[in-house]
Amino acid sequence: MTLFPLILLAFGLALIGWLVARARAARLQSSGRERLHSLPGQHGWYVAMWIAAPTLIFIAFWSWLSPALVVDAVLATPEAAQLPAAGFERQAILGEARALAGTEGLGAFNPLAETLAPAFEVYIARYAWIGTGIAVLLAFAGGAYAFTRIAPAFRARTQVERGVMLMLLVASLIAILTTLGIFLSLLFESARFFSIVSITDFLFGTVWSPQVISERDPGATLGAVPLFWGTFFIGAVIAMAVAIPLGLMSAIYLTQYAAPAVRRWMKPLLEILAGVPTVVYGYFAALTVGPALRDFAALLGFPYASSESALAAGLVMGVMIIPFVSSMADDSIAAVPTSMRDGSLAMGATTSETIGRVLLPAALPGVVAGILLAVSRAIGETMIVVMAASGAANITLNPMESATTVTKQIVDLLTGEAEFDSPKTLAAFALGLTLFVITFLLNIVALRVVKRYREAYE
Amino acid sequence: MTDNSLPATKMSARDVHVYYGATHAIKGVSIDVDQENVTAFIGPSGCGKSTFLRTLNRMNDTIPIARVEGDITLDGENIYSPAMDVVQLRARVGMVFQKPNPFPKSIYENVAYGPRIHGLAPVKSDMDRVVEQSLRRAGLWEEVKDRLHDSGTALSGGQQQRLCIARAIAVDPEVILMDEPCSALDPIATAKIEELIHELRGRYAIVIVTHNMQQAARVSQRTAFFHLGHLVEYGVTSDIFTNPRQERTKDYITGRYG
Ligand SMILES: Nc1ncnc2c1ncn2[C@@H]1O[C@H](COP(=O)(O)OP(=O)(O)O)[C@@H](O)[C@H]1O
Ligand SMILES: [Mg+2]
Repeated sequence: MTLFPLILLAFGLALIGWLVARARAARLQSSGRERLHSLPGQHGWYVAMWIAAPTLIFIAFWSWLSPALVVDAVLATPEAAQLPAAGFERQAILGEARALAGTEGLGAFNPLAETLAPAFEVYIARYAWIGTGIAVLLAFAGGAYAFTRIAPAFRARTQVERGVMLMLLVASLIAILTTLGIFLSLLFESARFFSIVSITDFLFGTVWSPQVISERDPGATLGAVPLFWGTFFIGAVIAMAVAIPLGLMSAIYLTQYAAPAVRRWMKPLLEILAGVPTVVYGYFAALTVGPALRDFAALLGFPYASSESALAAGLVMGVMIIPFVSSMADDSIAAVPTSMRDGSLAMGATTSETIGRVLLPAALPGVVAGILLAVSRAIGETMIVVMAASGAANITLNPMESATTVTKQIVDLLTGEAEFDSPKTLAAFALGLTLFVITFLLNIVALRVVKRYREAYE
Repeated sequence: MTDNSLPATKMSARDVHVYYGATHAIKGVSIDVDQENVTAFIGPSGCGKSTFLRTLNRMNDTIPIARVEGDITLDGENIYSPAMDVVQLRARVGMVFQKPNPFPKSIYENVAYGPRIHGLAPVKSDMDRVVEQSLRRAGLWEEVKDRLHDSGTALSGGQQQRLCIARAIAVDPEVILMDEPCSALDPIATAKIEELIHELRGRYAIVIVTHNMQQAARVSQRTAFFHLGHLVEYGVTSDIFTNPRQERTKDYITGRYG
């Protein structure tokens, strides 16, 4: 059986177990003199858990193990002797043969694949049946064990609670393990990159030109400084020059001046900005803002201004980031106790004096944390820069010049046709890793600041 | 102590009504607050003491749904007239709140806050003098003179409340309004504040809201009893406590409700 019916089977058996166990517990309850410790339904859940959990764990394990078992079995057949010894072609033929298995009349690209396909068909079916058998056996074993424990004094309720806790723990571990897995795979590929190019060349080199990598010294044109400069310039300087003032001012308006009715519709509207798909911002930047800025620059007497300027990407990114800044600032200004505000107003301060001298200083840590989160969001942003920034890696302070970012270069490196082991492709992983570390640190600092700030007012 | 000479009126209210949306919180209150005396507002909680106190420096303006009707004058000048500058008014009529609310700034900066925004002490040496004088009057100088640049929020509750009084004094107001200034404090800190009120009497007209009748008897010379938004009785404190004219006042004083 394939995966999906197998999972259905596990749940079906669990359902049967639940019904049977509940019925049994109910009978105990109505006939026995002793009171049941747990409700019949809880006994039902206990048995269902013991059926579903081992079976599902086995299914997950089996779906990971069985393909390898199938390949081993196929390789043991006499036809497999004709396979090329190793490498890419062997994998390709095996892959094709597996795809052919079970399909009728499809011509094969490689005749050898066609001869191997029947073997695949046989072994896939065989291992599927073995898997199903073991799964059913496990379900019955688990169910039987749990079923024998049903007794008036048995604390099914406590056991079910423990099971629920375990399930929640696993769910949260999956997210953490995924992050860890991503990090490790980045680390692994980056390690391969750094075995070809030295870390110092990569981190401190000022020439980025992956199109011309020399065999002898690949590090010479893989210096990441222009990319990190471009990322910083677009994401942390230009975008923040837009997002910080606009975000802060809208937060101040919304918390201090807006009538409740205005706040009720303006706040969600502002937050919609965060929900616009970034690709939409991307073409807004590429098709509208970029050319407009170029024409404006031409009017001012810079005829060679590029439409792919750092300014266009940065401005649009800044607009996209406004809700991040404003909602954090909004929360932290609103968290300053009203008694501060009243104290200041009662001294005869105006609203704007109160904001500038009391509320903002008190809310500052929260505001700073919001800005850090916004920066980390901005430097990881990809779509806008892919569409609106250029590929030219300049170290420049002129916003009308073109600049490129780490994320855009990663996309460019991986969408080319380079082979998988070249320094050019591997460089993408090293860039990814560096970016990951930077945003990770920014987030940690921001969360710490927020935490300390929370403590100050509780 | 009974005081038979006619004291000068500092603030006076005539037929004041306050509404919070549809809630009618103050119903036709008229009262004169003396320059020389401490006036106490007493009454069961929710009767409108705070609301009425806040009409005296227009702090109700900061509540969007609040609406005030009637006339209130400060030295004969209507504080609700369009010509009145609220910023100036609040500098003249200071306020101390129920919960100490020092700003998260240094002790020095807390006291200097008012003089700074009103431009009262442009030179640093003037400011130093204002800060010292205000802290002395609030009876806090000796305790904090060596740590003026520590945070005001690090002081004890009673010290924080005296810091708030110093902050109010620093702009040299004419009237100080106190809304249950001791309700968050322990008995020793409360005694210090009460002593301070005695010392400040005469220099500033003082209005204090309190739910503690012994406190009203100790610190005030005039007492106003509020009930359900009405001013039931107003007079010399000792008369109110020993010889109330209204049945409701008597019930409250003798602990029948509240
Ligand atoms: N900000 C407000 N919004 C709406 N109603 C209020 C507000 N403040 C006070 N009130 C109402 O006004 C009445 C008087 O309250 P308050 O002046 O605080 O009484 P007291 O200080 O005597 O306990 C109460 O019924 C209270 O619910
Ligand atoms: Mg009150």
